[in-house]
Amino acid sequence: MATSFAGVPIFYYEALASILFFIGLTGAIARRNPLVMLMSIELMFNAANLAFIVFARAWLNNAGQIFAFLVITVAAAEAAIALAIVVVVFRSAQQVDVDEVRVLHG
Amino acid sequence: MIAFWIIAAVLIVSALWTVTARKPIYSVVSLLLNFAALATTYLILHAEFLAVMQIIVYSGAILMLFVFVIALLNSGIAAVVLGRDRVPVAPAAAAALAAVAFVATAIAAAHAPAIAPIATHSQLGAVGRGNVFGSIGDFGQALFLSRLLPFEITALILMVAVVGVVLLAGDLAPYVPTRRRAEQSRRALREAILREGK
Repeated sequence: MATSFAGVPIFYYEALASILFFIGLTGAIARRNPLVMLMSIELMFNAANLAFIVFARAWLNNAGQIFAFLVITVAAAEAAIALAIVVVVFRSAQQVDVDEVRVLHG
Repeated sequence: MIAFWIIAAVLIVSALWTVTARKPIYSVVSLLLNFAALATTYLILHAEFLAVMQIIVYSGAILMLFVFVIALLNSGIAAVVLGRDRVPVAPAAAAALAAVAFVATAIAAAHAPAIAPIATHSQLGAVGRGNVFGSIGDFGQALFLSRLLPFEITALILMVAVVGVVLLAGDLAPYVPTRRRAEQSRRALREAILREGK
């Protein structure tokens, strides 16, 4: 198992991924704009992807890259559906404040 | 090593900017920067196909979706008014707990015995060459030969998402009231009736 590549230890990449993940988590918790919350969630997805790809590289095993590919797909589906929900809620309620929107059933 | 520090700085600063930007469109721009830096990182880590996917799917498709929704929301009759940002106690505590658990796991993992890697046939080689680890041929073989089922499940997820989006936001989208909105329209109706009565 390679503990570093091109002079950069794996741990640095993992620390970077975790920092990005927690920046995204903070944004998803603290922001009130649903669009920025969604973008923060994308940040968290990407941090997880980075960790997957670093481990794939460390063990020269493709499974991590395949997993990152699946995460990208799920993130795309999630973004599309979430943005559709935001548009529908805004269209009917004229506001997108996540603390005000409590009812999602028709 | 220097490249890593530069990319790490770009990633962290653009992530912070995404989270703290005042207007969502600024968040989109900084997220674009973040994705570009991440694609570079993927290239460094021999994930060529994913680097390209990162640019095409994330920067090309998902961020465009965000831009269109922002344009749509801001072109309405009234500007979108939001309350102040807040830090809710319970989720913040949960996130802090998760951070602590993360650090503890990292420390524990640093002391754990090394796990024997599962051998694959691909060898490391120059980025951009065929039949080396992470090249598009290598990735495609892994995806379509040994991991076909996850790929098919991906297709199913995307199909369900497309159907869901069309159902949600299509022409026949159902009316989704919020309690506050319903209360407002009821009050307006009542006042109108009272005014007509006089």
